[in-house]
Amino acid sequence: MKGVRWSLWVLAAFAALLGLFALQLSRPKNDTVESAMIGQPMPQFALPPAIEQRPGLSSADLADGTPHLVNVFASWCVPCAAEAPQLAELERRGAPIVAVAVRDRPEDLAAFFNRYGNPFSRIGADNVRTVQLLIGSSGVPETFVVDGKGVIRHQHIGEIRPEDVPDLLARLRDAKR
Amino acid sequence: MIAEFGLACLWLAASLAALQLVAASLGQRAGGETLASVVRPAAVVQALLCGVAFLMLLWVFARTDLSVLLVAENSHSEKPMIYKIAGAWGNHEGSMLLWVTIMALAGGLIALIEHRLPERTMLATLGAQAFVGLGFYAFLLFASNPFARISPAPAEGNGLNPLLQDIGLAMHPPTLYMGYVGLSIAFSFAVGALLTRNVTPDFAKVMRPWILGAWIFLTLGITAGSYWAYYELGWGGWWFWDPVENASLMPWLAATALLHSASVLASRDALRTWTIMLGVIAFSMSMIGTFLVRSGILTSVHAFAVDPTRGTFILALLAINIGGALVLFAARANTIAEGERFAPLSREGALVINNVALSAVLGIVLLGTLYPLVTEAFGVRVSVGPPYFNPVSAAFVFPMLLVLAVGPLLRWRRDRFARVKPAVIAIAAAGLVVLLAMWLIAGLALFPLLGVSLAAVVAVAAFLPLQGRSLKRLPLPVWGMAIAHFGVAVALFGMSVDTAFTVEKLSAAGVGDMVEVGPWQVRLTAVEPVAGPNWTALEGRLSASYKGGAGHMLAPQSRTFWAPPQTTSESALLTRWNGQLYTVVGGATQDGRWQLRLWWKPFVTFIWFGGLLIGLGGLLALIGRVSVDVRRRVATRRIAARRAETAR
Amino acid sequence: MTAAFKPKHQRLVLVVLALAAILAAGALAAWALKNQASYFYIPSEIVANPPAADRAVRLGGMVRAGTLKTSPDGVTMHFVVDDGHGQVPVTFAGIAPDLFKEGSGVVAEGHMIDGTFVADNLLAKHDENYVPRELQDMSKQQARQTVAETK
Repeated sequence: MKGVRWSLWVLAAFAALLGLFALQLSRPKNDTVESAMIGQPMPQFALPPAIEQRPGLSSADLADGTPHLVNVFASWCVPCAAEAPQLAELERRGAPIVAVAVRDRPEDLAAFFNRYGNPFSRIGADNVRTVQLLIGSSGVPETFVVDGKGVIRHQHIGEIRPEDVPDLLARLRDAKR
Repeated sequence: MIAEFGLACLWLAASLAALQLVAASLGQRAGGETLASVVRPAAVVQALLCGVAFLMLLWVFARTDLSVLLVAENSHSEKPMIYKIAGAWGNHEGSMLLWVTIMALAGGLIALIEHRLPERTMLATLGAQAFVGLGFYAFLLFASNPFARISPAPAEGNGLNPLLQDIGLAMHPPTLYMGYVGLSIAFSFAVGALLTRNVTPDFAKVMRPWILGAWIFLTLGITAGSYWAYYELGWGGWWFWDPVENASLMPWLAATALLHSASVLASRDALRTWTIMLGVIAFSMSMIGTFLVRSGILTSVHAFAVDPTRGTFILALLAINIGGALVLFAARANTIAEGERFAPLSREGALVINNVALSAVLGIVLLGTLYPLVTEAFGVRVSVGPPYFNPVSAAFVFPMLLVLAVGPLLRWRRDRFARVKPAVIAIAAAGLVVLLAMWLIAGLALFPLLGVSLAAVVAVAAFLPLQGRSLKRLPLPVWGMAIAHFGVAVALFGMSVDTAFTVEKLSAAGVGDMVEVGPWQVRLTAVEPVAGPNWTALEGRLSASYKGGAGHMLAPQSRTFWAPPQTTSESALLTRWNGQLYTVVGGATQDGRWQLRLWWKPFVTFIWFGGLLIGLGGLLALIGRVSVDVRRRVATRRIAARRAETAR
Repeated sequence: MTAAFKPKHQRLVLVVLALAAILAAGALAAWALKNQASYFYIPSEIVANPPAADRAVRLGGMVRAGTLKTSPDGVTMHFVVDDGHGQVPVTFAGIAPDLFKEGSGVVAEGHMIDGTFVADNLLAKHDENYVPRELQDMSKQQARQTVAETK
C-alpha cells in the first residue's frame, strides 16, 4: 500500500513538472528589453532619405492621421531578410509601412530591395542610431505600431513571422480608433 | 543521392523499430515464438541502418555538400576538416541523429549478446527500447530531418559559431549522449523487469555495465565541460551552476545513486523497487536535461539554437516515456516482493544514506534550476546562482562524504561499530588534523575548510578497504571503487583550495609593464596581430616568472572571427604541479595600455584530475565486471561443449 | 541493535530517513531560494525601490549612448543604464563582453550600493548581429536567402 502511495506522489510531482514546462513553452520567452516609449508620443526627429526613390522620415510624417507600421531594419541584418515576405504581405493587405534604416549604405539597401522587394513608402537613414535609441529599440529588426497622432502603441521585437501578421494588422486597426 | 540514402536508412530503421515493438509485445503471448524470434534480428539490423545513416551525414559534412540544408546552415568550405566533421553533430538535427544512432547501436548490442535474463524479460526490455527509440525516430523524421535539401544550393555555408570551434566542445555532446543513452538502456531494463515482474539480482547484474558505462561517460563529459567553460569563457570559473551544466549534472547524480543501489540489488537482493524507481528517474533526468537545453525555456551562457516547437516534441516524448513508466511503476510497485533485510549499520544501510543524500542533492539542483520557471509563471523574473546552490547542496554533500568514508568498511547485512572503530578513529584523526592545521595556519573560511578536511577524510578512507587484502588478487571493481572515491577527494581538494587561495589581478598594462599576481611576476612584452584560418587576433605576449625564476611565455588572444562575425577571448594558461596561471587579454584603453586579467589558481587542476580519476575508477569496475561476465560465458560454453562430447 | 530489523521496522527506518531528508532538503531549498535568488530589475524599478546592498540582483536595460567612460586605471568602466523612464549609474571593473557597446542592451549582475549599481558581471545581448531563435524555424526559401546573404 505504502509503495503505491509514494509512487503516486512522484507521479503527481512529475505531472506538475510537465504542466510547468508546457506553460513555459506556450508563452514565448522574452528576454529583450521592452521600450519604455509605449504609450508615449514619438520624439521629434527628421531623417534624410536612405535611398533616392523614397522620401525620408520625420516624426511629423507619422502624425498625419493614419496609423503606421515603423520597421527598424538594416540590409546587413539576417532576420530582416527573413521577415521581408511578411512585410510584403502586410503591405499587400493595406498596412502603411515606413522604415528606419540603421547604419546602412544606399547601394547595399538597393541590393537588398532588389532581392526582397521594397514595401516601405518612406525610408529614413539613421546613420548614428539616434532615432533607433530615441524610440527605445535595442536591435534590428523591430516593428512599431504608431497611431495617427504619432503615439507609439506597440513594439514587436525580432523578425515578423507569418503568425504575427494578423496580430499586427489587428493592432493597426485598434490604433485607428 | 547520399543524403537521400541516409534518409532512406533512417526510415527503414524506424520501421524496424516499429516491427521490434509489435513483435516484442505480441511475442509475449502463447504461440508468439515466431514473432518473438524476429525481435533480436530487428534490433541488430536497425543498429546497422542507423550507423549507415550517421556515416552518410558525416560524409556530406566532410564534402561540404551545400545542397544539404544542415550543411549550408552549419558548415563552411574553409573550415578545418576536423570541425567540418564535428559540425555534423554540433547542431540540433545532427545531434539528435547521433543520439538515435548510439541508442540503436546499444540496443543492437544487447540484442546480440545478452542472454542471461529470462527471454520474456528480454523481450519486454527490447520492446521498451524500441518504444523509446520510435519516439526519437518520429522526432527526427518529422521535426528535425538532418538530410533536408535546399535548392538551389547556396555558394557558401553559414559557418559555425566560433565559440563552438573547439576540439573539446566537438567531443562534448557525443560524450554526454553516450551517458544519456546508457541510461536509456537502464530505463528499458527497468521497464522490462517491471512489466514481467522480474526484479532479481540477475537483472541488476545485466543492467550494471550499462549504468557504469553511462556513468563513466557522464563523469568525463561533466569534467570536460567544466574544463571547457574554464578556459574558453575566460572568466576563470569552473562551474557556474548554469542550466546547461545542471542539465548534465542531474543525470549524473541520479546515475551515481542508481549505480550504488544496483550494486546492492546485485549483491544482496535488496532495494528492488528503489532501484527500478531510480532507473526511471535517471533517464527522465537525461530527457529533462535535453529538454531544458533544446527548448530554450531557460536562458544560459552556453547559447544553443533553440526552438519551442522542438521543445514541445521533446516534452511530449518526456510525458509519454516517463509518465508511462511512472504509471506502470505506481501500478506494479506493490506487487514486487520485498527484498532481503539488513540492519541500519551495514553496507546496505550506508548505501541507502548515500542514495537518499544523492537524491536530495538532485532535488535541490532540480528545484534551483526550475525555480526561475516557476516564478516566471507568476510574472517575477529571478535567477538562481551559486549563493543558493553552493551552501544548500553542501549541506547534503558533506555529510554524505562522511558516510562515503565509512560505508565501504562495513560488512553487508549487519555490522558492529566496535569492528570498524579503529579505522573510523584513523579517518577522523586525519580529518581533524587537517581541519585544525588549515584553520589555525591558513584561517580558511567555513566551506573551503570543511572541504579540505573532508577531502583528507575521503582520501584516507578510500584505500582503507584494501587494507589487509592481497592487492594482486583484489577484484578490479574494488580497485575501481577505491580509485573513484579517491578521485572525489582529489576533486574536492582542488575545489576547496581554488576557492580559498585564488588570487585575481585586473589591470591595464602598457608594453613593458610588470604585474604581480600571487607568486607570479608577469611582464607584458608585446601585443602583436596574428591571423588564423578563419580569424584574426590581437595576441598579448606575456613573460611570467614564478617567484623570480625563469620566464615562461604566454600568449592570450582576443580573436575576431569573420563567418559569422564574432569576438572571443582566448585565455592562455601556464600549468605547474601546484596550480595554474590564467591570463586573459582584453581591449586597448584610450591611452594605449591593454586590459589584462590574471589569476593564480593553486591546485585548480586537481578538480579535473579528480574527475578523471573518478572516470578511471568506473572504467576499472566496468572492465572487471565485463571480464567476469565474459569468462563465465566462455566457461559455460566450454562445459556445454564438453557435455556434448561426452554424450557422443 | 545488532539483530537484523524486522521487515516492518526496516522499511519504517528507511521511509522515515528518506522523508526526513526530503523535508529537510525541501525546507532548506525553499528558504535559500527565497533569500538567494537574484531578482531582475529594470532601471525605473531599481530607482523607485532599491534592493538591499547585500542582495545580488540583475539589472537589464540599454547602455545610454555617450555615457560610457573608462577610469584612469584602464579597467573600471562607468556608464548609465536606461529604460526610458529611469536611469542608473553602473560601475564595472573587468573585461567587458564582446557584444557590449554603447546603445546596446545589457544585463548586469551585481549589487545596488548607494544609488550606484556595482556590477560583478556583464551579459551583453541583442546586438546588431543577433539571430533570434525563431530563425531556426524559417522556411527553406528563407533559409536559402539567409545563407546566401551571410556568406
